[in-house]
Amino acid sequence: MAKRIEAVGVTAYYGSFKAIDNINMVIEPKSVTALIGPSGCGKSTFLRSINRMHEVLPGAYVEGSLTIDAQDIYARGVDVTAVRRMIGMVFQRPNPFPTMSIYENVVSGLRLNGVRRKSTLDDACEKALRAANLWNEVNTRLSRPGAGLSGGQQQRLCIARAIAVEPQVVLMDEPCSALDPISTLAIEDLIAELKNQYTIVIVTHNMQQASRVSDRTAFFSIDKTGDPGRLIEYAETAKIFTNPSVKRTEDYITGRFG
Amino acid sequence: MSALLTTSPDQIGTALQARRMPRWATLAIAAGSVLLSYLVFFVAHLLGGGLVLTVVGAVVIFLIASTAAARAIEGGRSARNRLATSLIYSAFVLALLPLVSVVATLVGKGLTRLDGDFFNHSMRNITAFDANGGAYHAILGTLEQAGIATLITVPLGVLGAIYVVEYGRGRLALAIRFFVDVMTGIPSIVVGLFILAFWVLIVSPHLTSAHRPFYSGFAAALALFVLMLPTVTRSTEEMLRLVPPALREGAYALGIPKWKTVLRIVVPTALPGIVTGIMLAVARAAGETAPVLLVSGGNPAINANPFEGNQESLSLYIYEQAGLASKYGLPRAWTAALTLVALVLLLTIAAKLLSRRNKLKQG
Repeated sequence: MAKRIEAVGVTAYYGSFKAIDNINMVIEPKSVTALIGPSGCGKSTFLRSINRMHEVLPGAYVEGSLTIDAQDIYARGVDVTAVRRMIGMVFQRPNPFPTMSIYENVVSGLRLNGVRRKSTLDDACEKALRAANLWNEVNTRLSRPGAGLSGGQQQRLCIARAIAVEPQVVLMDEPCSALDPISTLAIEDLIAELKNQYTIVIVTHNMQQASRVSDRTAFFSIDKTGDPGRLIEYAETAKIFTNPSVKRTEDYITGRFG
Repeated sequence: MSALLTTSPDQIGTALQARRMPRWATLAIAAGSVLLSYLVFFVAHLLGGGLVLTVVGAVVIFLIASTAAARAIEGGRSARNRLATSLIYSAFVLALLPLVSVVATLVGKGLTRLDGDFFNHSMRNITAFDANGGAYHAILGTLEQAGIATLITVPLGVLGAIYVVEYGRGRLALAIRFFVDVMTGIPSIVVGLFILAFWVLIVSPHLTSAHRPFYSGFAAALALFVLMLPTVTRSTEEMLRLVPPALREGAYALGIPKWKTVLRIVVPTALPGIVTGIMLAVARAAGETAPVLLVSGGNPAINANPFEGNQESLSLYIYEQAGLASKYGLPRAWTAALTLVALVLLLTIAAKLLSRRNKLKQG
């Protein structure tokens, strides 16, 4: 189910601007990998290049190779939609589809990819909502609009929507930054459960969160504004937060920089 | 900070209290203004008097009096607030006046001929001395012409807007946007002349065995289509741009292909706005007279076939009846105008209900 991601020399551009430079890292399956670093250091750009969402913006492109279980997703002839079906994504702000009910939101990925059978969709909906710890809160009002839920519930709805298509990797781009501490706790518990099944990569500005949820942590940084982001250090989370081997990592996590 | 500390709690409390005019004061000033204006302009005939001047005078006196009273009792800031509030209400009423006046006039004058005859009969064999006669043929023509025009416009206009917003890159999309803007300003008579020159005179002769140009309701529909297209494209474009990019990204991240994202996520989200834009275009097209006159020709009899022969439309009917040398023409024109407005209103309500049918109940 879960897959191993290997980035070799990944460099991403927005037009002529180089956003990240030569990122090399291996993301282990069934684990949580946190990407931390100051704003503008390319964490989100790297995350978005893992499921080819980076190139959605006009003029944006990626160089280097990114393999998922030895398959290069940037090889010629690769179907972008197939890549994205395999690698789900949760965004910073909850973005449920406003015209759809809770049920329709969860099954939208399946339905719009051609699954028609009602029983299949019903099962997938319940399974995904249970996995996202949302089933008990919404099972009596599945036909209500998804946008009517609270912020934390909406974000879990988006997680349910992402895992309903049964991806192998789930990417999370600051999934808790718009949420209150209780909703954040709910999402963090959820991440801990999800890693039994999926490979999870999470971008976060909250270092406590990174230390709580992740197995491995990657620290990104930039030398100065306008320079591309680089991977400074990548190691076990415990090591990064207790005994980093690079001075800049230590400065960042102790709050002396950025 | 130190100033605050030296002030006792009592003084802070009194500082927050402000003198307010009692609520009845506004009403009293309003009543006084009306009375004064009535005496000065209506009774004493100052500046010629008259009803309009009395109303305007009452408003002006009220604005001055209430502001002065507020300044004296409540102070400058409050007086400015009251003045601004009064001005905004006056502007609202002023904007509403023409609308109410139009509806009142239409209903008042249109009711005279609002009978069964009007909706069941055409103007065939009706002379200047006949009181009856109706607009059945005109209603039929308007529905057919506007209907055909909408059928052509909506797919082209909406798809064009989707291209410009979702797919278009670079010069082509810019050029299309520019020309759509230019087309919005084309006078309808020019469009009528274009269809006359192009469709009626050049194309239509090839469509009959006699090789003669002919008028038709379809030619009118083509003219209306040219008029509606920029409106529909422009409004759809604006509505699609309002859909947050996060929704598109959310759909892409689920592995949903772009065309399905556009059709199933983006367009449904923007649908209520798109429908409003389409209905504005339909309303405008249904009221067009000049192009219909030029390419459909008008017809006092019923012609249900839009593809052959002259056809009437409601706006053309109004134009003809209003200029008719008969005392029965004008009432018919008013009733036709009322019918046209009611028709557009009904269509708009129907379209709104239709676009809301799929919308989920909030709560």
